[in-house]
Amino acid sequence: MSEVKLFRTWSSPYALRIVWALELKGIDYETIFEDLSNKSQLLLQYNPVHKKVPVLVHNGKVISESLVIIEYIEDTWKDTPLLPEDPYERATARFWAKFNDDKLLPSIWQVFVTQGKEQEEAIPVATENLSFIEEDLKGKKFFGGQTIGLVDITIGWMANLISVFIEITGINLIDADKFPLLFGWMQNFSDVPVIKESWPPHDKLVIKFRAIRESYLSADVPK
Amino acid sequence: MASHGVVLLNSWVSMFGMRVMIALKEKGVEYEYREENLTDKSQLLLEMNPIHKKIPVLIHNGKPVCESLIIVQYIDEVWNEKYPLLPSDPYQRAQARFWADYVDQKLYGALRKVLFTKGEEQEEAKEFVDVLKVLEGALGEMPYFGGEKFGYVDIALVTFYCWFYAYETLGGLNIEAECPKLIAWAKRCMERESVSKSLADPHKVYDFAVGLRKKFGVD
Repeated sequence: MSEVKLFRTWSSPYALRIVWALELKGIDYETIFEDLSNKSQLLLQYNPVHKKVPVLVHNGKVISESLVIIEYIEDTWKDTPLLPEDPYERATARFWAKFNDDKLLPSIWQVFVTQGKEQEEAIPVATENLSFIEEDLKGKKFFGGQTIGLVDITIGWMANLISVFIEITGINLIDADKFPLLFGWMQNFSDVPVIKESWPPHDKLVIKFRAIRESYLSADVPK
Repeated sequence: MASHGVVLLNSWVSMFGMRVMIALKEKGVEYEYREENLTDKSQLLLEMNPIHKKIPVLIHNGKPVCESLIIVQYIDEVWNEKYPLLPSDPYQRAQARFWADYVDQKLYGALRKVLFTKGEEQEEAKEFVDVLKVLEGALGEMPYFGGEKFGYVDIALVTFYCWFYAYETLGGLNIEAECPKLIAWAKRCMERESVSKSLADPHKVYDFAVGLRKKFGVD
């Protein structure tokens, strides 16, 4: 009998990708929600190095760092593979997942938490990163091809949060004319039943992220 | 399995490029080495890694693979008949990936601070010794990270060893005094030909670092 627990917050992009991986593979799991302003003893015990979520606990074995967790899930549960079989295609998928975490997500975040000149300077950086991944979608419905894979669930946070960012800042980074493939992908991704069913509520997200943006703007401290 | 058609674009000082060299040597893969001048990048590099424009890049049968740890995993998957670099057990693999990621997340940034700052900032930058201590803790009493066999995490970390002399001299540190087990592990790794032939000469690395500091106006 397999016991899987996921420690996460309800809204984090890093947590959602794990939820999607587990759901796509039909794995039973228990969710423990963490309040990051008051981390549980259990979390600190399970992830003493980074003290972060998400953390996956499988039959008592602890795995942290979202991309490491997804590779573990992929290695352990073979149904509905998230990575292709070919080594070159696997390397390419890993490259894009890393690109999201190292460049794409931070650059979009930078647009979201700034204003004025700082924001003006952040926009072209984000736009360039978006143009790179737009290229990768050529001829494909999803980044993973006909079905969603590692890259889709890693970048999928965008399909979830872009509309929230637009509502809060008025800036739309993924214009349908400028990025037709990404725009289409966001629709297709959101329509996949497993994805749709785990979408955090839009209104709650707006409240939360509005507060985050405001705290960045008032602190005026670059992160 | 044919190993022609393998090219590595690299810079001799890069601890990231050295990881790829070690992996290729462990697998006995013949390859063509091309040194890149990072102040005047080649057309080939810009074509093969247009997004990051960085080394190392492995070109296999004309197709580029970028990002050193992704390249090492690729090498492990393609040349899979001998010397597996990652363990086969999923949980052990996850541990290996976690610690290699930790090296990338924490060590490189901390070490850059030691190299390229002076005075007060350097004091803060000595926090990198704390990072090394965490890694030493992860090593525990085993000969290599994860157990009896040299593998993925060892490759990810040992390439920084040839930079230690530069960090110590420029940062006023004594890494062996702080992390004796880690240094013992590094010396053990250096007994492997794949490692000793891939790591750069620490004194040459030091000269390079001194040059960089002058160039960036640190000294």
